[in-house]
Amino acid sequence: MFERIKQMIIKEFIQVFRDRRMIAIVFFTPVMQLLVFGYAVTTDVNNISTAIYDLDKSYESRELVRRLGSSGYFNVRYSAESPDEMQELLDRGRITTAIQINRGFSSDLKNNRQTEVQILVDGTDSNTATVAMDYANRIIMKYTKDMGAQRVESMKIDLRTRAWYNPDLRSRNYNVPGVIAIVIMLTCLLLTSMAVVRERELGTMEQLMVTPLKPIEIMLGKTIPFAIIGFFDVFLVTMVGVFWFDIPIKGPIQLMPLTTAIYLLSVLGIGLFISTIARTQQQAMMATFLFFIPAVLLSGFMFPIENMQEIIQYGTYINPLRYFLVIIRGVFLKGSGIDILWPQMLSLLALGTAVITISSLRFKKRLG
Amino acid sequence: MKFLRIKAIAKKEIIQIRRDPLSLAMAFMMPVILLFIFGYAITLDVNNLRTVVYDQDRSSLSRELVAEFRESGYFTVVGYADTHKDIDKYLDSGKAQVAVWIPNDFSKNINTGKNAELQVIVDGSDSNTATIALGYITAISELYSQRIMGGRITPLIDPRVRVWYNPELKSRNYIIPGLIAVIMAVIAALLTSLTIAREWERGTMEQLISTPVKTPELIIGKLLPYFFIGFVDVALSVIMAVFVFEVPLRGNIFLLAVLSSIFLFGGLSLGILISIAAKSQLVASQISMVVTFLPAFLLSGFMYAIANMPKPLQVITHIIPARYFVSILKGIFLKGNTFKFLIFETILLTFFGLMVFALANKKFKKRVV
Repeated sequence: MFERIKQMIIKEFIQVFRDRRMIAIVFFTPVMQLLVFGYAVTTDVNNISTAIYDLDKSYESRELVRRLGSSGYFNVRYSAESPDEMQELLDRGRITTAIQINRGFSSDLKNNRQTEVQILVDGTDSNTATVAMDYANRIIMKYTKDMGAQRVESMKIDLRTRAWYNPDLRSRNYNVPGVIAIVIMLTCLLLTSMAVVRERELGTMEQLMVTPLKPIEIMLGKTIPFAIIGFFDVFLVTMVGVFWFDIPIKGPIQLMPLTTAIYLLSVLGIGLFISTIARTQQQAMMATFLFFIPAVLLSGFMFPIENMQEIIQYGTYINPLRYFLVIIRGVFLKGSGIDILWPQMLSLLALGTAVITISSLRFKKRLG
Repeated sequence: MKFLRIKAIAKKEIIQIRRDPLSLAMAFMMPVILLFIFGYAITLDVNNLRTVVYDQDRSSLSRELVAEFRESGYFTVVGYADTHKDIDKYLDSGKAQVAVWIPNDFSKNINTGKNAELQVIVDGSDSNTATIALGYITAISELYSQRIMGGRITPLIDPRVRVWYNPELKSRNYIIPGLIAVIMAVIAALLTSLTIAREWERGTMEQLISTPVKTPELIIGKLLPYFFIGFVDVALSVIMAVFVFEVPLRGNIFLLAVLSSIFLFGGLSLGILISIAAKSQLVASQISMVVTFLPAFLLSGFMYAIANMPKPLQVITHIIPARYFVSILKGIFLKGNTFKFLIFETILLTFFGLMVFALANKKFKKRVV
């Protein structure tokens, strides 16, 4: 039996890599993707493109503008000459924030009268807008204090905040482990689902069936090569994450091979399942995406699961990515070990076993 | 170029599509499922932050502070800690994202007019949520100290903030127009990236080549039916966005249709180009995933603002057509932009489409000869 599986695996490797381009695709693209997306996936808000409409043109107003600019959050790019110009800049999407300082700003401040600063924010990107408003408020508050305005009294409560696990609040640390999980999922899913369907589409499946190979052996031969490729990809991409992006590994890294194996079990199982439904490679590809995109969105990769509606939250329990993300982020950022991550690992194992069982039963039926 | 031959190719393609109803059904399901997930399941708004409280003070003042947190609606108290170790446990296991520690001299300090210390620890691994949580915490502690000091302080400078285009800052309004662009980029590539590779793989391409059909006729004939499917998808998405999710459509719907067609033409041509270059369905599917799906998702500005990316990457985003379509859709939906504002994007999209189409023609001729 092992001899037959071995032959089948060798055949599969020959078939995948006969097209030399596949070598590049399978090993090079995950690394490329992580490099590009590691930089892209950042929710840190800075360099907010800003226009200033300064009607006061005084030392005080220039000082406020200088502070906004030097905070690093606002990039003062334009100085508008009229309200229409501000509107135009916002409409064209050249700026996200426009700040208007009215005439009399400096004299109001000197005479200790309350004065206004108008802040216009483009709300289309609600996340950036919220953060921009928050920054602007804080800078203005600090400015008011420093200008020696007596009316703002010092706060009575001394608030000390600390952020754990990721003290600089770098979003990259949070997102790069997630991108690793996603890139691996997509590559393995697509490879597995299409490999089986291709044989069916080209009619070579019949040839396999007349050999003494048993369905289970065909199935193993069709999945083990991709598991090996997947393993190798995880290794490559993790190296890039650690050495290129400086993602800290605080936990036991030796946990990774084991969890990767459990994770790949579910991924390959799903790929196999898709291959039992699809008749053509076109169908396999579309079905893969139909599964993959919701799986990414409902995994907690970009959107926290606890903010979703309750019914949907239950739905995420059958998503292998959900568990793997908790594990991979725990190992990298929090330094969690098996003592904390065992519920996720166990769930992933149960899910993987279930998926692979259902898929192999269906696979057998289609062959028999 | 003969219209009759284009028609014949299109007809053949339609027959092939009709034979594969599962793929067709998935092509229509994709936008519907995605829009529902984004419309109902996902929100970027941060609330229900899981909070653990370590109240060493146990006074009425400290309880009031905890109540302040709870009533804000942003924090859900999931447990009370009795030691510092407890806090560690809550945060390490992810049971809590925020820990509030009120030291035992909290009320004493306030009553004697000294500064009272309040410690807050936030799980920073999700930096976005953490930043927003810190903003809420600062606001709450400010409000609280104002309240216990009695009376409100009017700040000297009063920042008047107005939010345009999306005054309630609904993340749904921001996401859905961009999402339509992403869906279209993915669908366009999914639809066409296998069509020609499939003919090569099955050997039917030789039959097509031996007919008098010319390269542009073949490509246009192949594009037409998929263009129709893609257009139905756009219409479906826009109808759902407006009527189900109540995203305001402030601009001209006719303009939307025209610009969507230009984008679709480019996207479908790109699929065809991949298909011609790859010749094998496996290679084509992997390439189209790499060059369409992930860039459209992550580099288009749909979720992650391009201005926050490093400079070299910002340059790269310029060659991603979805980027222009995302800003077109956001512009038409939320800002009510007229064509005048979108000329730049339109020219680039048109240029991209024509270039890819020309490339596909060239590549195909080389292949055949």
